[in-house]
Amino acid sequence: MSGGIPDPTAPLTPSGNLRRRQLFSKFTEYAATAAAVLAVAVLAIVVYTIVSRGAKAIDWEFITTGYPTGVAPMLVGTAVIVAIATAIALPIGVLIALFLTEYAGSRAAGPLRMTLDLMNGVPSIILGLFVFRLLVEHKQQSGFAGSVALAIIELPLIARGTQEVLRLVPNSMREASDALGVARWRSILSVVLPSATGGIATATVLAVARAAGETAPLIFASSIFDPRKVTLNPFEAMPNVPVFIYKLSEEGNPEGFAFGWGMSLLLVSFILFASLGARALLGRSKRRLSSS
Amino acid sequence: MTSGLDSSQGQNQPVPARVRIQSGLPSAEQNGTATAATGAAGAEQHGFAPEVVFDSQDISIFYGAKRALAGVSLRIRRGQITALIGPSGCGKTTFLRSLNRMNDSVPGFRIDGQILYHGHDIYGSNVDQVEVRRRIGMVFQKPNPFPKSIFDNVAWAPRNLGLKKGLHDRVEKALRGAALWDEVKDRLKDSALGLSGGQQQRLCIARAIAIEPDVLLLDEPASALDPIATGAIEDLMHSLKGRFTIVIVTHNMQQAARVADRTAFFSLASVEGEPKPIGTLIEFDDTTTIFGAPRDPRTRDYVTGRFG
Repeated sequence: MSGGIPDPTAPLTPSGNLRRRQLFSKFTEYAATAAAVLAVAVLAIVVYTIVSRGAKAIDWEFITTGYPTGVAPMLVGTAVIVAIATAIALPIGVLIALFLTEYAGSRAAGPLRMTLDLMNGVPSIILGLFVFRLLVEHKQQSGFAGSVALAIIELPLIARGTQEVLRLVPNSMREASDALGVARWRSILSVVLPSATGGIATATVLAVARAAGETAPLIFASSIFDPRKVTLNPFEAMPNVPVFIYKLSEEGNPEGFAFGWGMSLLLVSFILFASLGARALLGRSKRRLSSS
Repeated sequence: MTSGLDSSQGQNQPVPARVRIQSGLPSAEQNGTATAATGAAGAEQHGFAPEVVFDSQDISIFYGAKRALAGVSLRIRRGQITALIGPSGCGKTTFLRSLNRMNDSVPGFRIDGQILYHGHDIYGSNVDQVEVRRRIGMVFQKPNPFPKSIFDNVAWAPRNLGLKKGLHDRVEKALRGAALWDEVKDRLKDSALGLSGGQQQRLCIARAIAIEPDVLLLDEPASALDPIATGAIEDLMHSLKGRFTIVIVTHNMQQAARVADRTAFFSLASVEGEPKPIGTLIEFDDTTTIFGAPRDPRTRDYVTGRFG
């Protein structure tokens, strides 16, 4: 192979196998674009289906009364279960993130990060089984048991999200507070954490959005409930949105289907707006950290 | 003081592989001691040498297997400004940061030799590093105010150290001490990040002196600032002199000449048992001597601008 150009004076049109290579290049580009469009299209179809079927079910009565005229007990139940789950997962998650960024050496941090990622990948039905054995079997179903399962789902999300934003807090802040002769935990409480609140809020909101839609653990933990009245006691089974959607879909009742779609729309809107809000929050706190 | 010295030297003897600086000149340790004894200039001229604050004895610093500093012995005296000058990478900042144990968090950091602070071993086994930094404050190269208000920046450390009585007066005094009060007194609630670089650096100095430390370590405090802000920082150092013992690392020789009583010249030199030159102390003397009549030819070459 000489590799040289046969005739440098020839017109600058494609020569050799350039045409074939260009064709392949175009094909790759179109395939990639099509895949991206497909992803957006799938989401659009899902959202369109939910909106078109769910929108007509939603009115004031739907969100304020119990079944069979509305789904208020399920909304309240999901809110309570997720709130308790977050109350459990948030402090532990933030502490784990603090350990990772402030205290752990690289030998401890690596395996712990991997553990969190694995935890994030555990199928939720497994967590449901775990909590069933732990808190439900030989006792009774409870919203609290559901909260524990959801807390396990939220924990890695909050820990990893918080850790990412804690890493953005410049080291010069830690040095500054160290050099003032103030103990590390005080620096963390009053300098590091406040700079990271935006990111912690974001991670929490995303975790809440994820937990609100989890169905499998709640089938084990909180599925035998009365959808007609609001329950506020977390130590008995609480009505909740995902399990009730599942139950309605199992029945052959067209009216129930409409209710299921209505609740799906509420759930999807909640997740959508929570994610958008979280993104805005994160953007703001990142800007604030990088400008300092 | 001397008894502390003796006992420490006794402890030092078993340390293996002690390295001497390879040069035909008197070692820096002898040099510094000689100067103090003969009273060549400065405060010593008046027959009075202030108390020794830091007594560094044959300090070597390692980061992992890499040696960053070899055989530094010098004494820093109360109320004086001591400047550390020298080319980049010769260990000035490393030495400064070892004076208040800011290097402790660097992975692989290890120190040989002894640094006595008022006779106490800074790296002694019962020494708390937080307490060390409480007494020996530090200002960094890049201004690093907290993302809080101007007032809260200065009040932060006193609050956390339980000095809450007369907090407002304390903050005002610190800001006046840092020559910043008149510029910020009407906007104490504003974010510190809105200040100019020079103002931020003076705020960091105010933050450091608000807890009334014994010593201030300044790591190239003016290197990121424009000439006017640099001038303000230098004026400030003159006004802080006497109240605090100040150790300043600077790249700027003129700055050292303008502000310091004593100047230590660090540079790379070949050291026994090391393949490559290591940062070490070449000469430590009164600033006028270092810039006017240095003994070591390397110091002369550096201060006359022949290298570095």
